[in-house]
Amino acid sequence: MSKYLVNLKINNTPVSVEEGTTILQAARQINFRIPTLCDHPDLNVAGNCRVCVVEVKGGRLLAAACATPVSEGMEVFTNSEKVRTSRKHIIELLLSEHNADCTKCFKNGHCELQDLSSEYRVGDHVFLDLVKPKDKIQDISSPSIVKDDSKCVRCQRCVRTCTDLQAVSALAVINKGDHQKISTFMGKPMHDVVCTNCGQCINRCPTGALTERNYIEEVWDAIYNPNKFVVVETAPAVRVALAEDLGFDPGLRVTGKLVSALKKIGFNKVLDTDFTADLTIIEEGTELLTRLKRALVDKDEKVVLPMMTSCSPGWIKFQEHMFPGLLGNLSSCKSPQQMFGALAKTYYADKINIKAQDMIVVSIMPCTAKKFEAGRPEMRDSGYQDVDFVLTTRELAMMIKQAGIDFEKLEDEHYDSVLGESTGAAVIFGATGGVMEAALRTAYEIVTGREVPFTNLNINPVRGMEGVKEASIKIKNVKPEWSFLEGVDLNVAVAHGLANAKILMEKVHAGESNYHFIEIMGCPGGCLGGGGQPIPTTPEIRKKRAEAIYSEDEAMVLRKSHENPEVNGLYKEFLGEANSHKAHDLLHTHYKPRKRY
Amino acid sequence: MDKPIKKVDIIFEIGDDYNALDVLDKALARPADDIVLDLIDSGLKGRGGAGFLTGLKWKFTKNEDSDIKYVICNADEGEPGTFKDREILDRVPEKVFVGMAICGYVIGAREGYIYLRGEYNFLVKNLLNKLETFNKQLKERNLDFVIGIRSGSGAYVCGEESALFESMEGHRGEPRNKPPYPTVAGYNKKPTVINNVETLVYVAMITRLGVNRFKELGTKDSRGSKVFSVSGDTPIPGIYELELGMPLSQFVDEFADGDAKAVQVGGASGSCVPRKKFGDTIIGFEGIPTGGSMMIFNSSRSMYNVLHDYLEFFTEESCGQCTPCRVGCQQLLKGIEAVKRGEKPPAYLDELKKLTATMRIAAKCGLGQSVGNPFNSIIDNFREEIIY
Repeated sequence: MSKYLVNLKINNTPVSVEEGTTILQAARQINFRIPTLCDHPDLNVAGNCRVCVVEVKGGRLLAAACATPVSEGMEVFTNSEKVRTSRKHIIELLLSEHNADCTKCFKNGHCELQDLSSEYRVGDHVFLDLVKPKDKIQDISSPSIVKDDSKCVRCQRCVRTCTDLQAVSALAVINKGDHQKISTFMGKPMHDVVCTNCGQCINRCPTGALTERNYIEEVWDAIYNPNKFVVVETAPAVRVALAEDLGFDPGLRVTGKLVSALKKIGFNKVLDTDFTADLTIIEEGTELLTRLKRALVDKDEKVVLPMMTSCSPGWIKFQEHMFPGLLGNLSSCKSPQQMFGALAKTYYADKINIKAQDMIVVSIMPCTAKKFEAGRPEMRDSGYQDVDFVLTTRELAMMIKQAGIDFEKLEDEHYDSVLGESTGAAVIFGATGGVMEAALRTAYEIVTGREVPFTNLNINPVRGMEGVKEASIKIKNVKPEWSFLEGVDLNVAVAHGLANAKILMEKVHAGESNYHFIEIMGCPGGCLGGGGQPIPTTPEIRKKRAEAIYSEDEAMVLRKSHENPEVNGLYKEFLGEANSHKAHDLLHTHYKPRKRY
Repeated sequence: MDKPIKKVDIIFEIGDDYNALDVLDKALARPADDIVLDLIDSGLKGRGGAGFLTGLKWKFTKNEDSDIKYVICNADEGEPGTFKDREILDRVPEKVFVGMAICGYVIGAREGYIYLRGEYNFLVKNLLNKLETFNKQLKERNLDFVIGIRSGSGAYVCGEESALFESMEGHRGEPRNKPPYPTVAGYNKKPTVINNVETLVYVAMITRLGVNRFKELGTKDSRGSKVFSVSGDTPIPGIYELELGMPLSQFVDEFADGDAKAVQVGGASGSCVPRKKFGDTIIGFEGIPTGGSMMIFNSSRSMYNVLHDYLEFFTEESCGQCTPCRVGCQQLLKGIEAVKRGEKPPAYLDELKKLTATMRIAAKCGLGQSVGNPFNSIIDNFREEIIY
């Protein structure tokens, strides 16, 4: 259905836009900026903060620009006296309900309310302070997310994120009037509810009401402690986003500078989670092929298919809460972060002759759920907590600033060896579809002896930002030992963001899927859109980060996990073969059903 | 102007010849378009307070192209000081049903609902009994229309039509962004006529008595009569049906105790009229429109307490969704307390008046938009009572 054009004037400037366009969007098209707060490009329209009010000629009321569609002949004024006075009042009202102790706030300098109040010069506290003392008690029950109601401006972005984008609904609006607040089920602590720790709410919270539990001081303490050997690992999605928090445009790859900065900060060894991403592909790919063989050749009815990836801890917890009946579908592989921790404190510690108890493993992740994952009781296969501290991309940026490092001037440096070598296949773990693509590159080659039949190894059907992606690959001319796969159509699916995951899971649950392998990432766009990534994260920014990831992959010499020489060395020296007993001890785990409130 | 006050008795009148179903049959015998034209001609405006022309509302909904349409009777009467709909639903529910059925016939709806405020649940049993019979009678007339009841949970804001739809759909009772309006996308996002209880009764009465009888009553801008809930310092509190357009002075002469210093017209969200303005205040759309509440205060009342009570009410009953209303109400309440205690200077009241100007134009729905009515009228007319 073609849309007709609507003609209107904004601040006396004529503009023609498609019907259904909002005043806000129309104004942007001709470069009039209207301030917003409850609006977010990832979320449905709320129109509740009223910061974006504008005057429409002939209207008794001001209109919320974000929620009002344009109409023919409309005349809009975005800066009239009425508008400015009202907007200032609204910002003052928001501030009066807000704990404006900005200097102590983790979001200081990254707060949308702070920006608004500085733009409108509302520092003199016109109205009475309405912050309730009991709201100042932070909920720090979760290892991932801190909730501070005294900083909440009730814009409901978090609720819309949790409910619509992630289909989790851990957060909801409760009560009305002056008692209205954002709460969990029965006001239970964040750690005790259905929260997946994905951190998408943090990414969309305009203030410091929702922030990550930060472990910056703990990591500095470890670095300063002469008796500790501090190893750091960095996830693939960090290197394409970190720069945004240091003042650069989205989509800039800074891998070399990232390594260099970490060395300057004082980590003893700078290693790469990408190494264990490659390792994951070997373990997970082997697990998939084993399951397929048992299903197709042995006709073992106990084999559970489709197999689902297990790299994303937000997704894992979602599964544990929402679809406990499908836990058997999950790959038993730990995530790359946890494989790294387990190997660092065993294989690597041995190799460099450091006692495991003297080693601290820090990981830099685009993810807040990783903080929870690191603390899971299952993640102590080295005999100690495998990963000690998890920092988000944002926390690392803060450390780089604290250390006084001039990031722009840094020379590129290389990751240390071993556990530092990686391939392009590992890099694309950072984007939705990446694990699938990496797995297919390896599995197809193992089975057929040939590269995947896609130009330049790029498996385009699983790339891109569509919510649910599907692909089917015909396996032909297999090696003799894989003859049972000859002519099989390998059906795969990819979903990112938990609302999309839910769509797929309901299909699987209803027995309506013909998939063999499913990749799911808890966050929109995959790890590159993770809850620990620089704020803002928008569809546009996610696209740029994805482009950066794929260009990093193309720039690598090695682009298939099974070609990673250090990974192959690890098997030879330490693990034996994929899915070996030892590999299972260190690299695999199990999951448990959780309650749903 | 000095038209003598006229008590009328249309709504509660039950004559020997009266039969609700005769009224319905009379309507069903006519083309739907004629009924709409009559309604527009009658000048009937919504009795909930906003005063939109009822016939026009029906016409818009009738013209919408949709298989599914709804008729909703808004019985979420929650405005403090208003209790007329309760009486109507208790005493003459059939007249409400008939109004709804006529609407269903006119706009082409197959379902109608009475959204009854939670506090009126004691009426449900009786209403359901009567509805059982009435729905049967509709069927006998081959009118494909059924009326049901939905119970609210006691939130004032759910009287706001879009919040009411949200509540009926099982969501939090929060007003929606407008447009779209209910005539285009109301309950279940389908074209919906939502009328107040009293409005629907007047539709039935206009059908029965004819447009002219209705037009004889009231003024050019305020046609017809209206039911008022009279409370406060009056020896004769209760429900009265009065002609629209009367001066407040006559109302006070009739109902007050001789010592009235102020009348709050239109409930807590209406305006407070001081004694000196009784003479030139018209009760009607050309003067102070009202949903029907008239609260009379005599000299024994503290207007600070009156305003404080109103503000406490709004602070609690705001849905909390939009900033001007949620925080604005709190600031007004805390603000007059601070002035009373001397923590803010009297001039702070003027800052708060400026705030009500923002609330009036920037709040999302009628709740936040109307809090300025009682606030400004009481501050302006009884400033010394607020300060000292």
